Amino acid sequence: MSPAIKPLPAQRPPLWLLAELTYRCPLHCVFCSNPVDHMAHRDEMGTEDWRRVLTEARALGAVQLGFSGGEPLLREDLEELVAHAHGLGFYTNLITSGIGLTEARARALKSAGLDHIQLSFQDSTRELNDFISSTRTFELKSRVAALIKSMGWPMVMNCVMHRYNLPHVGRIIEMAERLGADYLELANTQYYGWAWLNRHALMPTVDELRDAEAMVMAHRARTEGRMKILWVSPDYADAKPKPCMAGWGSLFMVVAPDGKALPCHSARMLPGPPPPDLREVSVREAWFDSETFNRYRGQAWMSDTCGSCDERHTDHGGCRCQAFQLTGDAAATDPVCPKSPLRGVVDALLEGASGRRAAEQSAQALGAAPQPLRFVPGAARTTPGLIHRSDAASLALIRDQILPGGPAGVDEARAAAAAATASVPASPGPNAC
Amino acid sequence: MMPTHLRPTVAPMFRLQFEPAQDGWVLLYPEGMVRLNAPAAEILRRCDGLHTIDEIIHELEAAFEQPALRDDVCGFLGQARQRGWLQ
Repeated sequence: MSPAIKPLPAQRPPLWLLAELTYRCPLHCVFCSNPVDHMAHRDEMGTEDWRRVLTEARALGAVQLGFSGGEPLLREDLEELVAHAHGLGFYTNLITSGIGLTEARARALKSAGLDHIQLSFQDSTRELNDFISSTRTFELKSRVAALIKSMGWPMVMNCVMHRYNLPHVGRIIEMAERLGADYLELANTQYYGWAWLNRHALMPTVDELRDAEAMVMAHRARTEGRMKILWVSPDYADAKPKPCMAGWGSLFMVVAPDGKALPCHSARMLPGPPPPDLREVSVREAWFDSETFNRYRGQAWMSDTCGSCDERHTDHGGCRCQAFQLTGDAAATDPVCPKSPLRGVVDALLEGASGRRAAEQSAQALGAAPQPLRFVPGAARTTPGLIHRSDAASLALIRDQILPGGPAGVDEARAAAAAATASVPASPGPNAC
Repeated sequence: MMPTHLRPTVAPMFRLQFEPAQDGWVLLYPEGMVRLNAPAAEILRRCDGLHTIDEIIHELEAAFEQPALRDDVCGFLGQARQRGWLQ
């Protein structure tokens, strides 16, 4: 008898279901990974359909359930869906900005059986938190953190990292400790959706990442036993491709607000037939039978580079969305891989970040005013280089049919979105404060 | 090594649950899951804050008709505590 962790069986049902209840969101984060054309998919599934989807997924064997979005608290049936999921035996996670989490709703969610809340922060400073999200939400998030702790939930704080807040990583860690986080997830920006649109402005240099990681490691040793610190490997800068979703259609299913079942958050942008619609087909059919979920399962689809590589069982060929965005071919070897014939595309992105930083620094050394970054909500609308997520920007991208689904067209997309955001009122959304 | 008169219990961050679809016990925590093999599950199921470690050992030795499980059980409990599963 030697107790250990059981190896995975070869064939399995989905174990992890991410329910993106809505694409609506009171925040306007520049790094949001929701699709930039979210306004084209805003016909949300109703409560009964969601209940059925949860029941079907649980019957197949799914056990982890995330309620996400957009901002899931904008759904008035969230408590009902949590209670239903809890009754089915799911472990329920709420992934939220905290906006809308009043004490009354927290109590209702607690009694519905919610197991855990992950609260997002943008930075350790009010100025950058509010700038990045284009809202005034910093104090509110601190109050929500205290509420989560007082209700006895484990608290995971999540902070998306990019060039603007990486230098603050030590203070972000200290803030998480002060707020009593059990886990702190330092999630380096993954370049999908709005973050892809804004990648040049958000991308840190390799040196900036290395400095921040060294700081994280020092704090990690210090907080051991009290707070776990996760450092999500940065896209592009790592020497190896990420084992995306632990393999396509392997254990993870995302259900988008409109009921489309997807193998990952971003898969809707990939070419191919439309993804299965859970208003029309069952979770079982979507998972086992749909072309979407079968397309990159296993290894038959792989290029020779991947198919002959020893790492294929570990990294599964990397990320399909990254391959598509950077090479135009969704079945290509993830170009982050040093074996990819197109690795140069990634190197060019990294060198671009270094080059931009060097140019900024030499401009400053010559006495030129640095590019203004005004940390005021609303000012972001006119900041060059950053497009805040908004309904208006999304509509502009849809109208002009310039979507960043491939390497071409991105600059036009940025221009269209920038033009649209210029006309958005500068006041924060109705749920922000 | 944990003193064997202690009564370990699964930490509040974790939930131990039988999963029919996986035909096995799992330990659930925020956005994660550990699959347990049968021996690990048999031990953790008895970490209910009522059994002492001595009682857990005796119960398992009786249930599985194996005489010398002390080292295995204590070794696993040490690992489990290190991973934060137990308190």
